[in-house]
Amino acid sequence: MAKDFEVQVLEDVTIRFAGDSGDGMQLTGSQFSNTTALFGNDLSTLPDYPAEIRAPAGTLYGVSGFQLHFSSLEISTPGDSPDVLVAMNPAALKVNLKDIKPGATIVVNENAFDPKNLKLAHYESNPLEDNSLAGFNVIMVPLSKQTAAALEGLQLSMKDIERTKNFFALGLMYWLFDRPLEPTLAWIEQKFKKKQIYLEANQKALTAGYYYGENTEIFMTRYHVKPAKLEKGSYRSISGNEAVALGFVAASYKAGIPLFLGSYPITPASEILQELSNFKNFGVKTFQAEDEIAGIASAIGASFAGNLAVTTTSGPGLALKSEAIGLAVMTELPLVIVDVQRGGPSTGLPTKTEQSDLLQAMYGRNGESPVPILAASTPSDCFDMAFEACRIAVKYMTPVFLLSEGYLANGSEPWKIPDVDSLPEIPVNYWKDKETYNIYARDENLSRPWAIPGTPGLEHRIGGLEKAHIYGTVSYVPENHEFMVRMRDAKVKKIQDEIPDLVVAGDQDADLLIAAWGGTYGSVTEAVGNLRKKGHKVAQVHFKYIHPFPKNTKEVLTKFKQILVPERNLGQLSKLLKSAFLVDVIEFNKIQGSPFKSSEIENKIISLIGGENVN
Amino acid sequence: MSTNNVMENVKLTAKDFATNQDVRWCPGCGDYSILAQVQRVSPDLGIPKEKFVWVSGIGCSSRFPYYMNTYGFHSIHGRAPAIATGVKLANPDLSVWVAAGDGDLLSIGGNHFIHACRRNIDMKVILFNNRIYGLTKGQYSPTSEKGKKTKSSPYGSIDFPFLPVNMAVASGATFVARSLDRDPKHLQAMMFRAAAHHGLAFIEVYQNCNIFNDGAYEPLTDKETKADNVVVLEHGKPLIYGKNNEKGIRMDGMNPVVVDLSKGEYSVNDLWIHDEFDENPGRSFVLAHFSDLKDFPTPIGVFRQIQKSTYDGDLFAQLDEVTKLKGKGDLAKLFRSGNTWEVA
Ligand SMILES: Cc1ncc(C[n+]2csc(CCOP(=O)(O)OP(=O)(O)O)c2C)c(N)n1
Ligand code: SF4
Ligand SMILES: [Mg+2]
Repeated sequence: MAKDFEVQVLEDVTIRFAGDSGDGMQLTGSQFSNTTALFGNDLSTLPDYPAEIRAPAGTLYGVSGFQLHFSSLEISTPGDSPDVLVAMNPAALKVNLKDIKPGATIVVNENAFDPKNLKLAHYESNPLEDNSLAGFNVIMVPLSKQTAAALEGLQLSMKDIERTKNFFALGLMYWLFDRPLEPTLAWIEQKFKKKQIYLEANQKALTAGYYYGENTEIFMTRYHVKPAKLEKGSYRSISGNEAVALGFVAASYKAGIPLFLGSYPITPASEILQELSNFKNFGVKTFQAEDEIAGIASAIGASFAGNLAVTTTSGPGLALKSEAIGLAVMTELPLVIVDVQRGGPSTGLPTKTEQSDLLQAMYGRNGESPVPILAASTPSDCFDMAFEACRIAVKYMTPVFLLSEGYLANGSEPWKIPDVDSLPEIPVNYWKDKETYNIYARDENLSRPWAIPGTPGLEHRIGGLEKAHIYGTVSYVPENHEFMVRMRDAKVKKIQDEIPDLVVAGDQDADLLIAAWGGTYGSVTEAVGNLRKKGHKVAQVHFKYIHPFPKNTKEVLTKFKQILVPERNLGQLSKLLKSAFLVDVIEFNKIQGSPFKSSEIENKIISLIGGENVN
Repeated sequence: MSTNNVMENVKLTAKDFATNQDVRWCPGCGDYSILAQVQRVSPDLGIPKEKFVWVSGIGCSSRFPYYMNTYGFHSIHGRAPAIATGVKLANPDLSVWVAAGDGDLLSIGGNHFIHACRRNIDMKVILFNNRIYGLTKGQYSPTSEKGKKTKSSPYGSIDFPFLPVNMAVASGATFVARSLDRDPKHLQAMMFRAAAHHGLAFIEVYQNCNIFNDGAYEPLTDKETKADNVVVLEHGKPLIYGKNNEKGIRMDGMNPVVVDLSKGEYSVNDLWIHDEFDENPGRSFVLAHFSDLKDFPTPIGVFRQIQKSTYDGDLFAQLDEVTKLKGKGDLAKLFRSGNTWEVA
């Protein structure tokens, strides 16, 4: 009895699911993302959840959200402001209302707007009744009641029924945006294999939500977002943390040596440890250590013994690892240190994103302690950069930083699955020849030989004391110390010879260059794209290699009249650029635990070059 | 001829385990003896020289790896057990040894030590216990006696000390022994036993620092007094000591009692018979506690040796098991796990 609905074709949509942290919003959002990815849209997601695992139900601080931007065009951000908000209770409405577009559609669970929940959300009157939502397209759905009705006959407690309503909401959104139910039905089937009753309940709720849209007239229009024309190939959806884990497994495969991870759980990096602990049949060893220091120390030991060693953490954990990173610098052992940045200082904002550990990575150690720094720009780029970090670590016998951040780690996007054979090789040649062996002899890359325990005749000692050039014995000779300090620095600088040059995107003859790094890539790219479409001249470069900087950095920076550096910190890249290149830069800083909106960057650019603000 | 490049079946000697580095401990330091005993037993452990890895932290004692002609890693203060763990997990064929001071292992590195014990990593941990911070020139350590006057405790330390043997036992170490730098034979015997043990083997070595804590163990090492102050633990033998073996330890319920065997009231048959393999750790605690009791001898020897699976063994068993179950990992397949779609 399908009615005739108007179908409107849209280019892109931003939708946000919001509810209690117990409402399953992260799950709902990621199911919508997977289905949308399979459908062929380009997409980008932004999960946003509180630090409390199960904050008291109905409270403002317990609201968990998942934002998703999908499009028939290529996109690079999770969207500035939602076109659609699904709010499971008054608190979710209140917290998110300020973010959504004027005129946006708000789908609410009207059953949750009872006096108790309204009070918890500090509403003096019911916003569904007091006309305060005029200007929005409010769709009231009796989500709880409808879910209960759909599940009638199943022996479920009220609590279980309540926990199923997110699938009802998801089904309704599938209907509204014309997405298939099958991927989620299959997922439920797999997930609840052993709990038949939940399997049935969740599938029923999902389907009921879909047909609720079909059979009632709450929406008069359905929306269709056509598949995007992405580059040809096979795709899957991937989050930054998953991509880092896969990058490491791939590097281990290409290097032909086992991967060893020493790590201690910390938000938002834990998923890398969890993910890698699945890959035992790839020979991956994950060691959940007693603390971050043991995490890196075990990795250093494993590296000494010939494994591809990595350690993963977030800001506070990185602080604990500092001394050991210095040891890896001194002993010149390959090691990758992943810092999935979050709001700091101290415990800061554990679940929120920030990019404020750059200077910690650059300078946070005693002595002259140079470490290469790479920064991933998007969730899928985390794969490439994790792989690249391993390659550099092994080639130059050095610890290497990979900076990610909460927003990349938890956000996801389509990933063009690479061909295993097309990945670069990572040659590993453990030193074998005892006649020519010297602990600190150097090759053309200034890299010392990797001679691993178990090799007859190459018994040697390394450690944190200064070592004599070539011979590697302990040396307190003043000239040797200066020589070695300079040598370690020169080795890291030498990496510049092979890292890719900066590529200026946009208008080469623009006056203004936007220079950004890490996870700010998406917002800048979108802002620059939008402005250029409107006829403004803007150029953009993005730093994925920060230490050393790409060779042409100075040349690029001095070509433009003005340089704008947007960062989510107090100007850390700006400081590095200014001190390294004596250039003047305009800082644009935001430190609110969330990515830049592209409109914020657009407006900042407009303020510099003139033009009309966007909302 | 034995050179550094030893051919198979050429018998190595202690010299082969010495490096060309000048040993820089103070003359008379107990560390010399420990080094000598280790170098003496190493050729006879049945382990190829290239498979030894000595890992240390920071301290006088932590210079140890520089003097052993094996693979070695002189790392950072306290972290040796964690680094050694990584070495062992990277290559379980290696024979991994940790040399650590009392500050290194029990203060800054206490966490790593107890967790290495808990996991029963197959490695040997030798504690050089001089009850003082040697390298930093004489501050009290976590094993210094309460009341001890040192550079940082001019009015006497108000810290209670750790009993390292108890820490090891409580943390799950499967081999726990104690020995003395001044008793080379005994120390060698302990090294052999530790080397033969599969799992975490811990030896506390009482080591004299003749510069900052000279004579700390004199009552236990002096010819005149040692018989009355040391009881040597031997499996299946009674706890008997004294110049003429005239004293013994008896258990009165859970309480140890020193008894005089010369008076006729008690005989050897009444004494505590040492059982190294007792699964119950209770008696090890009682034994270790002797050093806190007045008029009790200090036990040396193997307190405890039990069998338990090792972390490294279990790790590799799990890698094999999962590989059998899932098949050897296929990277291309892994990339495509979950839902994929094609863009033509
Ligand atoms: C992180 C750090 N903190 C402090 C020190 C200074 N330090 C070096 S050795 C040491 C203690 C040495 O005592 P112990 O471990 O008992 O070894 P010993 O010298 O007595 O053999 C200290 C505090 C250091 N090297 N590193
Ligand atoms: S200070 Fe003490 S422990 Fe250190 S080398 Fe000298 S005697 Fe030995
Ligand atoms: Mg000491």
